[in-house]
Amino acid sequence: MAAANPVANPAQIRALIASHKRWDAIFALVGLAALMIGVLTFTALFVDMALDGFGRLSWDFFTNYPSRRPGQAGILSAWVGSTLVMFTTAFFAVPLGVAAGVYLEEYASKNWVTDIIEINITNLAGVPSIVYGLLALGLFVYQFGLGQSILAAGLTLALLILPVVIVATREAIRSIPQVIREGSYALGATQWQTVRYHILPYSSAGILTGIIIGMARAIGETAPIITIGALTFIAFLPPSPVQSEPPFLSFDWLMSPFTVMPIQMFNWTSRPEAAFHANAAAAGFVLVVMTLAMNGLAIWLRYRLRRKIKW
Amino acid sequence: MMSALETHVSELLATKAEARKLSFYYGDFRALKNITMPVHERKVTALIGPSGCGKSTFLRCFNRMHDLYPGNRYEGEIILQPDNANLLARDVDPIEVRMRIGMVFQKPNPFPKSVFENVAYGLRVRGESSRRRIEEKVEQALQDAALWEEVKNRLHQPAYNLSGGQQQRLCIARALATDPELLLFDEPTSALDPIATASIEELMHDLKERVTILIVTHNMQQAARVSDFTAYMYLGDLIEFGITDELFIKPKMKQTEDYITGRFG
Repeated sequence: MAAANPVANPAQIRALIASHKRWDAIFALVGLAALMIGVLTFTALFVDMALDGFGRLSWDFFTNYPSRRPGQAGILSAWVGSTLVMFTTAFFAVPLGVAAGVYLEEYASKNWVTDIIEINITNLAGVPSIVYGLLALGLFVYQFGLGQSILAAGLTLALLILPVVIVATREAIRSIPQVIREGSYALGATQWQTVRYHILPYSSAGILTGIIIGMARAIGETAPIITIGALTFIAFLPPSPVQSEPPFLSFDWLMSPFTVMPIQMFNWTSRPEAAFHANAAAAGFVLVVMTLAMNGLAIWLRYRLRRKIKW
Repeated sequence: MMSALETHVSELLATKAEARKLSFYYGDFRALKNITMPVHERKVTALIGPSGCGKSTFLRCFNRMHDLYPGNRYEGEIILQPDNANLLARDVDPIEVRMRIGMVFQKPNPFPKSVFENVAYGLRVRGESSRRRIEEKVEQALQDAALWEEVKNRLHQPAYNLSGGQQQRLCIARALATDPELLLFDEPTSALDPIATASIEELMHDLKERVTILIVTHNMQQAARVSDFTAYMYLGDLIEFGITDELFIKPKMKQTEDYITGRFG
C-alpha cells in the first residue's frame, strides 16, 4: 500500500475504504454460512423426524402404555415418568443451586478457597453425564438403598444440572448494580435482608432462565438414567401423588420404578421392526417440542420479569 | 488555625460528630491521613477538593460503608454525639451505625420497587410491621423531601417512572423515613440537571432544621450555596476547615486559594 499522504486525496481514501469493506462482506458471508450449517442441520433432522413420526401422533399415543404391537404402543409411562423425574430434579436442584450461588456471590469471602470452588463448579458442568450416572448408581441406588426409583433419577439429574443453576444464579446476581446493594446496606439492612428483599427478587428472571435451561438439558439425558437402571418397558404408572383419602398426598411414587422419554425412544430404535422406528420418531418429536416449550417459557419469563426492572 | 470569630462560633455550636486522627487504608494505600474535623449539629458541612482527594472516602467512613469490602482498614476515631460513641470501634456493629446515619448516593439509586416500598424499606428493615405507622412515616418522609405532592397519586407505581430529580428526592425520603441523626450526601446532584439540582439544594437548606448534613461536592458554587462549614481536602489530607464564607472569601492556605480560584484542580 502507498505511504500515507499528508494531503488527503478523496479518491484514494474511497479506494482504501472500499478495499477494507470487502473484508466486511467476506466475513458476513462466512458467518452466515457457519450459522446456516447449524440451523439447517437441526431443521433437517427435526423435519425428517417429524415426517417419520407424524403419522403416529394421536391421542392414543399419549395415553397408551408401551406394547409389543407397534400400532398400539404409546408413551404414557414415559411422559409421566419424565414429568415426575423433572419435578423431583427441580425440587432438589433449585434450592441447592440458588443457595450455593447466593452464598458464593454475597457471603463468601474472596480468597483462594472460594477461587478453587468456583473453578471446580465450572469444571463440574463439563463432566460427562455418564460419570454422574455411575456416581449415582453407587451412591443413591446402592449406598442409600434408593433402588431404581424416580427419587434416584431425580437426585442424579439434580446433581447434573446443579452447576448450570449455580452459574446462572451467580451471573444473574452479578448483573445487579453495586449501588443497589449499597443503598440497602446504607439503610441498616443485614446481608440476609438485602438478599431477601433485593438480590433474590431482582435476579429471579436470570435464575429462572438458568433453571429452565438446566431442566431442558436434564429432560433429554439418557446415559445417567440408563446407568442407574431405569426400566425400558413399563406398563404401569407410579402411584398417584394425590389420594382420595386423607392425608390426600402420597410420596410412594418417589420410590416407584419408571421410564423416561429418551429411554423409551432408545428402546424403540433398537427394535428391528420399522414401525417401532416411527414410534421413536414420534416420541422424539414430542421430546423436542417439550424442550423447545421449556426454552420458550424461559424466554417469555425473562421478558416478563425483566420488564419490571431497569437499572 | 481558627480565627477568633471561628473559635467563638465553634464554641457556641454543638458538635454532632467529630473525626479524630482518622486515617483510612485501601489495602496498603493510605487514602486518608490523620484527619481531625468536627461536623456541627444542624449545620451543613461540605467536603470539597479535586478528584481523588479522599472526600468520598472520608464520607463513607461515617456509615462504615468501607466494611462491605475486604482489605479496608480504619485508624483513629469518629465520635458520634450525644452518646460519645466511637463509630469505628471494633465492637460497634456497622449496621447500628447505618441505622443512625443515612446516606444519599451520587447517582439516584431507587430500588426497582414502588415509590411507597422504596420509602418503607428502612422501616421494614427495622421490623416495623404496623401498616398504619408505615403509611404515616412514608407520607411524612415524602413531605419532608418535598416530593409528596408529585407522587401522592402514584405511590404504588415503579420508582423508575420518576424523573432523575424526583428519584434523588425519593432517595432522600428513603433516608429520612428512619429519622437519621446525620445525613451523608455523596455528590447528590452530579447526575442531575440545574433545575433538579436547585430543588435538592433548597431541600437541604430546609432539612438542616432537623438533621445534620455532611455533603461531598465537586462543585464549589454548590458548597458555597448550601454549606455553613467547608473542608478542603487534597490527596488524603485535610488542608483547611472553616466557616464557608470565610474559607471562600479569604482562605488561610495558599493551596485552598489556588483551588477555589480555579488555578488548580
